Amino acid sequence: MVAVNLWSGLRALADGQEVVEVEGETVGQLLDALVAAYPGLAPAMERGVSISVDGQIIPKNRGAKVNTDSEVFILQRLYAG
Amino acid sequence: MALDSDTQKFKYIGTRPDRPDGLDKVTGRARFGADFSMPGMLHGAILRSPHAHAKILKIDATKALALRGVKAVVTRADFPTGLTGEDWNIQENVMAGEKALYDGHAVAAVAATSQLIARDALKLIEVEYEVLRHVTDVDKAMADDAPVIREGAADYSVPEGMHPNIVRYMESGRGDLEAGFAAADLVLEQSYKTEAAHQGYIEPHACVGQLGADGKGELWCCTQGHWFVRQMCTAVLGLEATQLRVTPSEIGGGFGGKTTVFIDPVALALSRKANRPVKIVMSRSEVLRASGPTSSASMDIKMGMTRDGKITAASGTFRMQGGAFPGAPVDVTTMLAFANYDIADVHHIGFDVMTNRPKQAAYRAPGAPMGAFAVESMLDELCRQLGLDPIDTRLKNAVKEGTRATFGPKFPPVGLIETLEAAKAHPQYNTPLGPNQGRGVASGYWMNWGGETSASVAIGEDGTVQVSIGTPDIGGSRASMALMAAEAFGVPYDNVRVNIADTGTLGINEPTHGSRATFASGLATVEAAKEAIGKLCKRAADKWGIDAEAVTWEDGFAKPSGPNAGEFPPLSIAEIAAEMGSTGGPISGHFESSPDGFGGSFGTHIVDLEVDPETGRSTILRYLVVQDAGKAIHPAYVEGQFQGGAVQGIGWALNEEYIYGADGRLQNPIFLDYRVPVASDLPMIDTIIVEVPNPGHPYGVRGVGETGITPPLPAVANAVRDAIGVRMTQLPLTPPRVLAAIKGRG
Amino acid sequence: MSKIHVTTTVNGDEVEYLCDPRETLLDCLRDRVGLTGAKEGCGTGDCGACSVTLDGRLVCSCLVLGAEAEGKEVTTIEGMATGDTLHPLQRKFIEHAALQCGICTPGILIAAKALLEKNPDPTETEMRYWLAGNLCRCTGYDKIIRAVMDAAQEMREAS
Repeated sequence: MVAVNLWSGLRALADGQEVVEVEGETVGQLLDALVAAYPGLAPAMERGVSISVDGQIIPKNRGAKVNTDSEVFILQRLYAG
Repeated sequence: MALDSDTQKFKYIGTRPDRPDGLDKVTGRARFGADFSMPGMLHGAILRSPHAHAKILKIDATKALALRGVKAVVTRADFPTGLTGEDWNIQENVMAGEKALYDGHAVAAVAATSQLIARDALKLIEVEYEVLRHVTDVDKAMADDAPVIREGAADYSVPEGMHPNIVRYMESGRGDLEAGFAAADLVLEQSYKTEAAHQGYIEPHACVGQLGADGKGELWCCTQGHWFVRQMCTAVLGLEATQLRVTPSEIGGGFGGKTTVFIDPVALALSRKANRPVKIVMSRSEVLRASGPTSSASMDIKMGMTRDGKITAASGTFRMQGGAFPGAPVDVTTMLAFANYDIADVHHIGFDVMTNRPKQAAYRAPGAPMGAFAVESMLDELCRQLGLDPIDTRLKNAVKEGTRATFGPKFPPVGLIETLEAAKAHPQYNTPLGPNQGRGVASGYWMNWGGETSASVAIGEDGTVQVSIGTPDIGGSRASMALMAAEAFGVPYDNVRVNIADTGTLGINEPTHGSRATFASGLATVEAAKEAIGKLCKRAADKWGIDAEAVTWEDGFAKPSGPNAGEFPPLSIAEIAAEMGSTGGPISGHFESSPDGFGGSFGTHIVDLEVDPETGRSTILRYLVVQDAGKAIHPAYVEGQFQGGAVQGIGWALNEEYIYGADGRLQNPIFLDYRVPVASDLPMIDTIIVEVPNPGHPYGVRGVGETGITPPLPAVANAVRDAIGVRMTQLPLTPPRVLAAIKGRG
Repeated sequence: MSKIHVTTTVNGDEVEYLCDPRETLLDCLRDRVGLTGAKEGCGTGDCGACSVTLDGRLVCSCLVLGAEAEGKEVTTIEGMATGDTLHPLQRKFIEHAALQCGICTPGILIAAKALLEKNPDPTETEMRYWLAGNLCRCTGYDKIIRAVMDAAQEMREAS
């Protein structure tokens, strides 16, 4: 299981939890597992989010590897300018 | 990825050679957007709404079509229906549907045999409007009685009961705010406002489009990203993506504003109808009225600090309008507002609000300068009231590697502290100030970007190197690519030619945006070069009859890797290239990825200025930019990014603003009234390049383009505070506003 | 509307064109003569990207009618280099990285050349005021001013 930190606006969609634990070895698997466990997150995920794994921001690479001890944050979808 | 720069001595990187396209650009030869023409080409012109908000009851183009030379008129009826999401937003923005949503919104377009005829024809199109109530101010647009721009535009995040103009809502943070503020010796609360500023590129949008009844088309345009243009145009017109080939011209500035489309789908729609190529060039007033400026913002900030300068807690509410569509960059504003500092208890609330203004577009570090203005202004005020030095206080709170960012994760290696120390050590910081003079300090951050990237290198028959990238060269990036390719291959800089490939030649590339070109296209160029070098080594190995692994590449030569590999004279890239046709065919290398290893860039600015007490006019006396570049590939163009960002920020702080009349019309749609900084407004802009290598790039590069516009807004405001003794909380600090503040001081 | 026949000299060559009375010199140079080095940044004389000289005088070609060029001498960026030898200003702009996107560069070079012909040894302040009618959005002007100063010095030493 990987601990995933949610921004506070998302917590209401995940039973009020700040950190949720889901299974996954990649960013994509984590995102899918999050929606499976908390269907309320689906619209937020569809709109798009970015993920931070151990301090590195990952805008959209679903294949990026995640370890069980990785520090994972869901962030607002980021874009360039 | 291995960081080579700690161990590697560079031969080319860090030097300042002439840019490869220099000759073209100083002789007038370089072809920009409006410089392209086609045989049989028509000229397009766009009719724009004079109303900020109006129902379009009827459009009658009969008289226009009867004018000699007019070949086609298009309205929204000529575009496909059924689009959703951002595709619909873009379609609605390039051609209004049921309502005109802002002053300048396109409602119809004409193609004619000359530009003069096309403009004459616009006057003959009859449009019947029903004028509606409008709103252009972000706070007023959130009020209960505000006219609704569009029902149902809000997404999942907006709690029930909010005004329909609020289309996104966000909250983020951590810790215990109450406890954090209780631990402070001083807590301040203040509201701040910034006005919308335009990117102000000197080259108006321009394109030539050709689209046939077979659904195949070509487009030449000035853009930061031609694959974005392809995606948007084909979505808006209902075409298949790869049936439209987009070729970028040289680009006369973009700063984020040329990452989207305004006229390109219209030119293609006219072309499809007229069966001839159509050229559209925006006028300056069209650029200001109808292409995207950035958001305006209204913000409430609260911060607490201990007597010795430790920030104990911070919270902010950020309300931003992005015009008549969702998309104000409030997500980035909330994420980065307090990101310079190590704060345990922090909270952000953000609102994305629609108004009757043009659809905002990205502008250099989109969303970051507004938050920085509010937060760095308040930090300055806290320091002032507690008698603390602004740089020492920033050093006390500055984030570094391992600090938990206010947006969640821990920072990788970053250079904020290094920029603060270099700024403090610079003589400007201790230069005595005269009467009516003030000094301001501020720091800023941009997290940078990777993005989809594809690049190719190909070896010429004479051993020179051709690099093909997909990020238009907006500020000298051909030089950076050539330097990195020269370094990777070990060939002279002049032996590298860098081409910007069209959409038919490479895989998808995101635009030159997010400060990503030197990082991402540079990384792809280096990796593509490595692949080609592998092939060059293999050819040498075959010739010598040894294993490819026993060959190394050094300074442009293949060499046996050691005594065991055998003794052979080194083979140059030119020697291998001369034989490549008979040794296995052309040699090239390719690389594609969406690289994640972009490292953010921090900067710290110091500005000294003088305020004329008679007029309220601020004159910049001295300006220093210190910023982390990771590794400066071509230092002159890195300095140029620092200087250009700083001056755009100075303009936003002192003069630039969108001024709307009570009728909702833009009052200042020309450069005389939308006042960007001119040469006589400014001193030299001093720079210090700090290099804290980014582990995510083979040479340590961090993007540098955007950070530089973030500190100037608060730095200038802090300097004006220092000069006049009054804290100004609304930008721009125009002479009348400053004068009023001085008079009000009593 | 009937067109006006104009005979003029552009960069030393005799040129003829037919233009609408409403067309600007900038339109005529770009669309009738085929010289696209002068750029339209504003059309209102505020940005200087269309700078050319008309009988030696610096003008915004977007504020001059095409018909007004009759019998006059026009110099554009295309006429600045001598053969393949760049003018010192052109060379110094490349050396100093005084351009980023390059759209303002032709106008600024024409304006700077006009300045140095009037005043071979301008102060930094004089340069900044002379060039105040030429907007550059990329550079913050620092490297532009340095390039002009360096070129002026080289030209003084050479004369």
